[in-house]
Amino acid sequence: MPEERSGAAILVESLVRQGVEFVFGYPGGAVLPIYDELFSDQRIRHILVRHEAGAAHAAEGYARSTGKPGVVLVTSGPGATNAITGIADAFMDSIPLVVVTGQVATNLIGTDAFQEADTVGLTRHCTKHNYLVKDPAELAATIDEAFEIATTGRPGPVVVDIPKNVQVATATMSDAAPQRPKRYTPRMVAAPDEIAEAIEMIAKAERPLFYTGGGVINSGPRATALLRELQALTGAPVTSTLMGLGAFAADHPDWLGMLGMHGTYEANLAMNQCDVMVNIGARFDDRVTGRLDAFSPGSSKIHIDIDRSSINKVIPVDLGIVGDCATVLEQLIAAWGNRKSRDLGEWKARIAGWRARDSLAYPKLKDGIMPQLAVQRLFALTREHDPIITTEVGQHQMWAAQYFGFDKPNKWLTSGGLGTMGYGMPAAIGAQLGNPDTLVIDIAGEASIQMNIQEMGTASQFRLPIKVFILNNEYMGMVRQWQELTYESRYSNSYSDSLPDFVKMAEAYGWKGIRIEHEADLDAGIKAMIAHDGPVMVDCRVSKDANCFPMIPSGAAHTEMLLYGDMVAGTMDDEAKALV
Amino acid sequence: MKIQQRHSERHVLTITVDNEAGILAKIAGLFTARGYNIDSLTVADISENHALSRITIVTNGPPQVIDQIEAQLERLVPVHRVVDLTQAGPHVERELALVKVSGKGDNRVEALRLADVFRAKVVDTTTSSFIFELTGDPTKIDSFVALMRELGLVEVGRTGIVGMMRGAEGA
Repeated sequence: MPEERSGAAILVESLVRQGVEFVFGYPGGAVLPIYDELFSDQRIRHILVRHEAGAAHAAEGYARSTGKPGVVLVTSGPGATNAITGIADAFMDSIPLVVVTGQVATNLIGTDAFQEADTVGLTRHCTKHNYLVKDPAELAATIDEAFEIATTGRPGPVVVDIPKNVQVATATMSDAAPQRPKRYTPRMVAAPDEIAEAIEMIAKAERPLFYTGGGVINSGPRATALLRELQALTGAPVTSTLMGLGAFAADHPDWLGMLGMHGTYEANLAMNQCDVMVNIGARFDDRVTGRLDAFSPGSSKIHIDIDRSSINKVIPVDLGIVGDCATVLEQLIAAWGNRKSRDLGEWKARIAGWRARDSLAYPKLKDGIMPQLAVQRLFALTREHDPIITTEVGQHQMWAAQYFGFDKPNKWLTSGGLGTMGYGMPAAIGAQLGNPDTLVIDIAGEASIQMNIQEMGTASQFRLPIKVFILNNEYMGMVRQWQELTYESRYSNSYSDSLPDFVKMAEAYGWKGIRIEHEADLDAGIKAMIAHDGPVMVDCRVSKDANCFPMIPSGAAHTEMLLYGDMVAGTMDDEAKALV
Repeated sequence: MKIQQRHSERHVLTITVDNEAGILAKIAGLFTARGYNIDSLTVADISENHALSRITIVTNGPPQVIDQIEAQLERLVPVHRVVDLTQAGPHVERELALVKVSGKGDNRVEALRLADVFRAKVVDTTTSSFIFELTGDPTKIDSFVALMRELGLVEVGRTGIVGMMRGAEGA
């Protein structure tokens, strides 16, 4: 029987019908009717964060680790504006979110009412789509479409702004699925001639290379399995972007490691020297390409992407294929059939030569802990637990990407496109909720962690045993590294002054705090962290001046990598300084 | 260091969109956010039930950017279809202008005579002024306005162009 219900009730019922388990949110004036609906509803668990940015990042962490959309509920005005960083982050990294924001009543819109902000206007360019719902009768269909848009095609955040009077007013809600025109139909399947041409190019290649990205992860675990199958058939070596780590097994002999600005020597030189590059779900980000006119100059390029606007945006390609990674990989495997892979011995021998440079080598310290070593030990000691790793943004993030080996998708949650400091801890909270039995570790820096440090309270409240492993070098290390490279080591505001005592802070929130100061205590500290059944913050004091290598300086080509021990202090010309 | 400029070409795009609140802001904002140019923009409802609007945008940019503009527009959920008329082939471009001219004596006679040559209609007149209504492609309007400038041009209003493919097929 169709029932007359309030907008707030229709919203909650619609979320339940979408299978929503958790809503990450923070109450306020313009969402009180929705919060009152949630009060008596046992079907959805509301996770109260401490700041709305935390809600959005927690929803991202949940989405990335489970493959399901994350749901956020915040109030109007500052609630919405605080959430925007997380929304923009999800937009850049193609993470499915549905963000419900309260709005002032429709008759007050435009009057500069209390806690009014033009949420639809503010989020227009950092959402995949957004709505202002002016009639409760439209709510069910809007929520239904919002989930479809967020989760299909190239995933992304969708904002649904609901004025308070629309939450209170009533409309009939049918038991059946809402009726609405189907207007969003992303292209999933590649044309047969595109597949045939791609197979022709790959089969003829003497020096093929797979360059995979977040699209493979977003396409679901099937895409990962198919990627491995196609690789086995063709024998092509594989490198990946930051976003794509885990799609290919890090211990596979054909794995080259991450590519790009802090990628391995072998990955970047293979990109430079390959004759056929197959980009699967990556987008030629500037962190990957380095100097554009020197980017893989001799290769034919195939680009598989679900978003047509990614193709030819930065790098012109020979064959663009618009489609879903899993679907296209399946088509490629079918078209490959019984072909024999070419003998790639010579190509692999060259790669072995580059690999022999051991570009991730770093000097040992007599006194103190190298951050790279800390990540390596963390990996070695947690490996059997198959953990989920989140990060903040900076040197620690790159070290985690370089020295932590991933072999499964959805285990690596990091802010890639937007590069949002403060992402890691709320993302770990979301991931822990979605994966209650998994060890979840935020590899953090002492600067980034302070950006959303308030979320410690959320982990305490919901008894989430997340681990925060801080590589504390008392610097915004990546800023300091760039200042060494570009500004003759003038450390303008990059020192982390007046740091809190992280161990005491942990204890103040009811967490366990562990400090590691000597290499000899490293393993014991990590083991104690894993063993504790509750949230732990580890303050791991590491070398204050260690830098992140290899590095392609801005404006340089893949062949101009700096390795550990290369001269890094100095300055740069204005062209290079102007690059991000 | 100098900021570099790149070679541009002019393209006319027609965009069919859901006629919903905020769609024009979405499209105009996309151009601003990504640094694309808008030379002119027209929009009006084109369907019986007011469900669809057609937007015509004249833009300019290097070919790669034009291709991106199309792809970025197609990403927007309310956008149904984008056609690059310049790319697609022979097409008609039309613009409407209202041109107010004031003057007496020879200038007034000459303005009227030129209006006749350009097939402009007089839609308002006083003893010392005319408003001409003129349709045509943008260069024709440019020429007319340039001539009127010498004869007492007061103001010009232009709609921006609408365009359509030639031939029997719809775009």
